[in-house]
Amino acid sequence: MKKAGKQVLMMGNEAIARGLIENGCSMATAYPGTPASEILAAVADTGKQLDARMHIQWAVNEKVAFEIAYAGCQAGLRTAVSMKQVGLNVASDPLMSAAYMGTAGGFVIISADDPGPHSSQTEQDSRMMAMMAKIPVLDPDSPRQAKEMVSIAYRLSETFNTPVMLRPTTRVCHSRQDVRPGTIRPLEVKPDFKKDPSRWAATPKFRYQLHLALEEKLARIADHKATDPIWQNPKANGRRAVVSSGVATAYTVEAIKALQLWRDLPFYQVRQPFPLHTAFIRHLLETYDDVLVLEETTAIIEMQLADRSRIKGKINGVVPRVGELLPETITALLAAFAGVSTQIPSLAQAPGRRPTLCAGCPHRASFYAIKRAAPRGIYTSDIGCYTLGLNLKAVDTVLCMGAAISQAAGFYHAYKHEEKRPDIVATIGDSTFFHAGVPALIDAVNQNVRMVLVILDNRTTAMTGSQPTPATGKSATGETLVKVDMETLVKGCGVNFLEIGDPYDTNGFIAMVKAAVAYSRSDGPAVVIARHPCIIDLARQGKTADPIEVMVTGDCDGCGFCHQHFECPGLVAVDDGQRTAVDALVCNGCGVCLDVCPKGAIQRA
Amino acid sequence: MKAAPTYQIVISGVGGQGVLFITRLLAEAAILKGLPVFTSETHGMAQRGGTVISHLKIGDFASPLISPGKADGLIALKAESLDQHGGYLKSGGWAVINGHAPLAIKGTTSLYYLDADQQAREIDDPRSVNLIMLGFALASARRGAFGHDGLYCSPHDVEAVLEIRLKRKNHRQKSSLRALKAGAESVPTA
Repeated sequence: MKKAGKQVLMMGNEAIARGLIENGCSMATAYPGTPASEILAAVADTGKQLDARMHIQWAVNEKVAFEIAYAGCQAGLRTAVSMKQVGLNVASDPLMSAAYMGTAGGFVIISADDPGPHSSQTEQDSRMMAMMAKIPVLDPDSPRQAKEMVSIAYRLSETFNTPVMLRPTTRVCHSRQDVRPGTIRPLEVKPDFKKDPSRWAATPKFRYQLHLALEEKLARIADHKATDPIWQNPKANGRRAVVSSGVATAYTVEAIKALQLWRDLPFYQVRQPFPLHTAFIRHLLETYDDVLVLEETTAIIEMQLADRSRIKGKINGVVPRVGELLPETITALLAAFAGVSTQIPSLAQAPGRRPTLCAGCPHRASFYAIKRAAPRGIYTSDIGCYTLGLNLKAVDTVLCMGAAISQAAGFYHAYKHEEKRPDIVATIGDSTFFHAGVPALIDAVNQNVRMVLVILDNRTTAMTGSQPTPATGKSATGETLVKVDMETLVKGCGVNFLEIGDPYDTNGFIAMVKAAVAYSRSDGPAVVIARHPCIIDLARQGKTADPIEVMVTGDCDGCGFCHQHFECPGLVAVDDGQRTAVDALVCNGCGVCLDVCPKGAIQRA
Repeated sequence: MKAAPTYQIVISGVGGQGVLFITRLLAEAAILKGLPVFTSETHGMAQRGGTVISHLKIGDFASPLISPGKADGLIALKAESLDQHGGYLKSGGWAVINGHAPLAIKGTTSLYYLDADQQAREIDDPRSVNLIMLGFALASARRGAFGHDGLYCSPHDVEAVLEIRLKRKNHRQKSSLRALKAGAESVPTA
C-alpha cells in the first residue's frame, strides 16, 4: 500500500483522498455534502489502516470542521478540511480570518462545486470565496489532476504560509478514471504550536499589518512557477487563444481536436484561477487579438484580465453564465470563436423522472402524519432527503441548513397579530438539527415561538450516503465515540413539550403530532422526534424487518388520494388511473399504506 | 498504426436500480484489460428514484462526458430512458432496452429488447434488473450484434470483476452472477 502501484479505478474524490494520504496529511475533517462526501470516507478507508495517529473525523458542521483542521495546521501539522460549496458558506467566518493569519503546517481546504446544479441549492463558485478571502485556489480537470494538485497545494501552502483551496466540481468528484497511486510519504505528527499572539490572536491593529502582508504574499503567489498555466498545444499558431480551467479544460481538449483546430487555436489551461499569474495576463494581452475564456461557474479568470475589449466570456455574455458548461456547449463556442462550422445534435428535452422518497421511507410516514395533524399549516423544511416531502406537498420552504426552525419562527412572528394564525410545522433531519438547528431552537424557546418542530430522526446522514451523526456514537473510522443524546439536547434548549414516536405507527404518530400542534397553539414550541432508522441503512446492515405484503382490493376506485397524499413509488396508477396497484419490484413492505386509503382498499395480502 | 478502438456508452435508469453498480463493473473490467477509462456518475438527490445517467468512455479521452450524437451504445434500465437519452447515440449506434418492441430511436438500427423486470421476477430477485440488462448487453455484443468491434469485454470478464468485488459477500456474489447469466442467456440464438 505504501509503494506506488499500478493503475486503479479511482473516483475523483478517492483520488483527492489518496493525494492527502500520499502527502502526509495527518488531520482530515469534513461535513458530508454532495459532491464532496466520498473524500473523507476514502481518507478513512485507507488512513485508518495506515497510521492510527491520523485524525479523521466527521464534524458537526463545516465551520467546526474547518476550525479543527485549521488549529491542526497552527500546531504545525499538514491538515485538510473538505465540504461542498454551500458548506463553505457555513465555514466562511473562519476562512476569511484564517487567510489573514496564515498557516504553520500545510492546510488545504477542499470545497467541491456543483455546476448544474445537480444536488445543491446554488451554483456558487468557491473560487470567488477564495478571491474574497485572498487565498490561492487550484482547479483540477480530472481525478488524476486532482490528486496531483493536492501535492502542489501543500507545497504552495507551506511556501507562502497560506491556506490553499482545491476546488473540484461534480464532474471531477464523481468521475472515475484510471489513476496510478503514488508513494505514501511517512506521517510526521510532531505538533509544535509556536505561540504568537500578535498573529494567532491578532487585534484589529495587527490585522491591518496581516492584510498588508497578505497582499504582498498574493503578488508573489501570482508569480509561483509550480502553478503556472499550461500551454496545451505549444505548436499552435494564431491570433485567437482559448483559456480554460477545471473540467472545461477536458472538454476543450476533446472539442479542439474534434474540430481539427489543435494547430490553429492556442489553448491554455489555468491551474490556479486566483491569483491569476501576472505574467500570463500580460502574455495573453500582448499576444492575442481575441481570447475566449471557458470556466465554471463565475467569470473568475475573466475578471482578472484587464483589457476587456479582447476578451470573450461570461461578462459579455458570449459564454453562458448559468448552468454547467457541457462538452456540446464548449464545442459550439469554440467553433463560433474560430469561425468554423460544426453540427451538434441536441438532446431531446424529455422531462425525466423526479426523485422521490424511497418506498418504505419513514419520512413519508412522518409527512403524512403532519399533514393530517395540521392540514392547513405552513411547513418549513430543510436540507436532506426529506426535502422531497415537496412531492407530498408537506414542504413549503427550503432555504439552507438549519433554516426550517428559524423560518418557522419568522412565519410565527409575521402572523402573530393576525386573528387566525396558521399552524406552523418545521421538519429537520437529525444531522441537520445538530449541524445548524440547535441555535435556532434556542432562539425559538427564548422568543416562545408557537411552532411544532418534527425532528426526522433516521439515525444517520442519509442523503449523502449514511455518514454518522453525533448521536450515532461511531467515528468515520468505525471507532466508538461518545453519543450525544438528542432528547437531552432538546430539553437543554429549554423545550417543555417533547414526545418521541415511531412514524410507522401511523395512527399513534398522527395523535402525537396533533397533541404537539394543540400545545403549540396555546403554549409555545413543541418538539416531536420521529424516530425510525433509514431503510437504506437498515438494508446495508442486513437488518431489514420482515416485509408486510400488501395488495389493492376491488374497493379501489382510482380516487388518487394515496398518490397525492402518500406518493409512494410502490403504489402505481394502472388502467389509465382507474385503479391503483402495488409494484412488487419497488414495495419495501413497510405496511404504512394500510392506514392510508380512505376506501380501505389497501389490505394485507 | 491503427488507432486503438474507443467505446462510449451511456447507461441510464432511475435511482435505486443500480446504474452506478454496473457502470463500475464495466469500468473495472476495462482496468483489468489495461484500458484507459473515464466515467461520470450521478450522485446525490437523484439517487432517490430520480433519473440517473452514467457516461462510460474507454480509450484515449480527456473528459468524462459523452457529447450528444457520439455514443456507441445505450443501456437503458427503463424504457423511458430512450426518449431522454437516445440523443446521445451516434447514427448506427446500438441500444439495449428494458422493455418491449417497438420503441424506436431515429437513425438507430440496432435495438435489442428484454423485459428485465419480468426476468427479475422469474429469478425471484427484484433488484437484479441492472445485472440482467448488463448480461444481455454483453452477450448481444458477443454474438456480433453491435458490429465487428462488439464490446471490449465479455460476460466472463465481468464475472471476474464480480468475483473480486464481492469476494466477501458470498450470497450477493452468487445472486449477481446468476442475474448476469440470466440476462446473457436471454439473447435469442439466431
